[in-house]
Amino acid sequence: MTNETTTGSFDTASPPDVQGRNLVAEVRACRDILLANLVMAAETPAPTFGEEARVRFLLDRFRESGLDHISSDEVNNAVGFLPGESSNRTVAVVAHLDTVFSPKEPHALSLGSDRVRGIGIGDNSLGVAVLASLPLLFEKLNFRPKYNLLLLGVSRSLGRGNLGGIRFLLENTRQKIDEAICLEGCPLGRLNFTAVAMMRGEIRVKMPDEYDFSRFGVHGAIYHLNELINRILEIPRPSRPRTSVVFGSIEGGNTFHQLARDATLRFEVRSESDEVAGMILQKIRFILEEVRARSGVEIELDEISWRDHGGIGFDHPLVQTCRGVMESLDIQPQIGPSMSELAALIAADIPAVTLGLTRGHEVNTLAEEVEIEPMFSGIAQVLGVLQALDDPAYKQKGAMV
Amino acid sequence: MKINDWLKSNTFHHSTFWDLKKLVEEKERQGLKISLCIPTLNEEKTIGKEIVIFRSELMTRYPLIDELAVVDSGSKDKTLEVAAAYGADTYFSGDILPSQGFKRGKGENLWKAIHQLNGDIIVYVDADITNIHSRFVYGLVAPLIYQPETKYVKAFYDRPLAFSQGIRPSGGGRVTEILTRPLFSLFFPELTALMQPLSGEYAVRREVLEQIAFPIGYGVEISHLIDVYTRWGLYAFAQTDLDKRVHRNQDTRDLGKMAFGILQAFLNRAEQLDMVDVKAETSQILRQFQSREQRFEQQEFKIVEEERPPMIEIPEYREKFHA
Repeated sequence: MTNETTTGSFDTASPPDVQGRNLVAEVRACRDILLANLVMAAETPAPTFGEEARVRFLLDRFRESGLDHISSDEVNNAVGFLPGESSNRTVAVVAHLDTVFSPKEPHALSLGSDRVRGIGIGDNSLGVAVLASLPLLFEKLNFRPKYNLLLLGVSRSLGRGNLGGIRFLLENTRQKIDEAICLEGCPLGRLNFTAVAMMRGEIRVKMPDEYDFSRFGVHGAIYHLNELINRILEIPRPSRPRTSVVFGSIEGGNTFHQLARDATLRFEVRSESDEVAGMILQKIRFILEEVRARSGVEIELDEISWRDHGGIGFDHPLVQTCRGVMESLDIQPQIGPSMSELAALIAADIPAVTLGLTRGHEVNTLAEEVEIEPMFSGIAQVLGVLQALDDPAYKQKGAMV
Repeated sequence: MKINDWLKSNTFHHSTFWDLKKLVEEKERQGLKISLCIPTLNEEKTIGKEIVIFRSELMTRYPLIDELAVVDSGSKDKTLEVAAAYGADTYFSGDILPSQGFKRGKGENLWKAIHQLNGDIIVYVDADITNIHSRFVYGLVAPLIYQPETKYVKAFYDRPLAFSQGIRPSGGGRVTEILTRPLFSLFFPELTALMQPLSGEYAVRREVLEQIAFPIGYGVEISHLIDVYTRWGLYAFAQTDLDKRVHRNQDTRDLGKMAFGILQAFLNRAEQLDMVDVKAETSQILRQFQSREQRFEQQEFKIVEEERPPMIEIPEYREKFHA
């Protein structure tokens, strides 16, 4: 490693204190360790609410690396702690453990010469594998931060998990966290530092049991759901703050010719304003009530998950440090809001960013793949940021949005 | 009750050997070198993963293996390219001991590996395992390191043997239960104690490997068991439960070919040992049948169980290892 510094267009720390290219080569030299951890993490199924086996894998890795305070909690978060030399400052590196796939799906990975294929690999087995590899990477790269490092594999992130793992941890831990870096497998260049207000819901339309389907001209559940969709689309959405309603999934009925008894719509409201998101949600509730009262069909709204809007500013030292490191590694930042662990950290007033680790393809499908070579830059980026945070010139304080 | 005693003393579960640090210390204390050989033929989908796991876990983290080699029978896919990219030593079987020629078959690769690799112990692991884990190697090597009298350790795949919590059947695959174990029950009752005599994963001391012949095809495992048993007895063997092994499922007709090769190899050995006298000329053609447009037709498969002699008989080998 060299002590050469890379100059950037920002006035925080000078990241990274190793030359970017060499850092990539040093990470590449640890390829076997990284890929072996990726294979072992990805082949251990971890559906949301069923992450126990992956927790065991991660804790075993933490134990072998000699971390302190290795533990898991009642919601299956996996925690390891690397105490700093002389600091009460703590930086957390966070990766969610769960994937969208059932344990019944084949979890075997296939390792080609330039890609790895397997379900859940980009979201987020790669993040977990990097978390598992970090202590050994530090050792190989001869890097030991002065701050305390908290490694967190968090459970119950996706879907109905609703960031349950990180929320539980933040609500119940006495450990102060000063900054956090969230790891997501894809895409390389991902740089999130804001969270949009978001609400995910499921609308279920069900025809009453006593409904007389034999009367000519009556309508089934799909007809009523369609009416609801049209009415939701009529809700005015401001262009500023940016707001949208996404219909993500729809299902209902069984045949061509019989009126559907059930229909379900999954949707998401997103906005740069908590107030606007709340207002749209309130309007959706009114529409459902009105259609329910008029038609006599059963309509339920299940509010599955929510996030508040927030974040750190573009000029926050953490964001600027990440941009500087990315620039030195020729990684093009892709800036956008996130709905992952970042949202919970920001809601707890902890400056945080999410970084992507490599290029992925067909993420969250059965044909999911990630590229190997960009992974080394992606990991070098994480190490570069962790090193830059150790620089005495790094200014911790910056504005929260 | 020799079998039950042997089962108690020489049957292990891989979890017994979880302490790799201790295992490596003992290996180093004895000054042993261990080579891992993966025989391949068109295994590009699984080979990279096996090598990465073994290198990371058993070379970088815990230096249990000194040499990791892929010995290939002439793959048409990218098996060797992928294996080399992940740092394995790669060999085409035909390039090893060229004076001995080249025969196509897994047994040929295993035999050539004895000459090419340098370890005091060679552990063989098939390349088609999709749930690969370092236990597939350390579980087999450990009994050889901890028990000097053990010479040949065979894998089997089960949950821990349920001696204390009830009884349930335990055993091998279809060919084992329909052919091999009945044959062993007839002629070599003690060998029935090996749960999966045909499993492709085993670790063996060089002093044994160089002394036994190698059928190049399906018969290699059964011949090994008979040869080692007749020469060194049941206590030369140990077996380790490696839990679950996920691999391609073979259809019944393929198992028929396997059984045909095994039966040939078995009869050869039984004749050599004067246990049977096959007076009729046996055929090397396996006949299977298929129907085409309501007419049945015969398919013929020539399955010849050629055999390589004990490696110690090869001059180049003696020169390399016993000069």
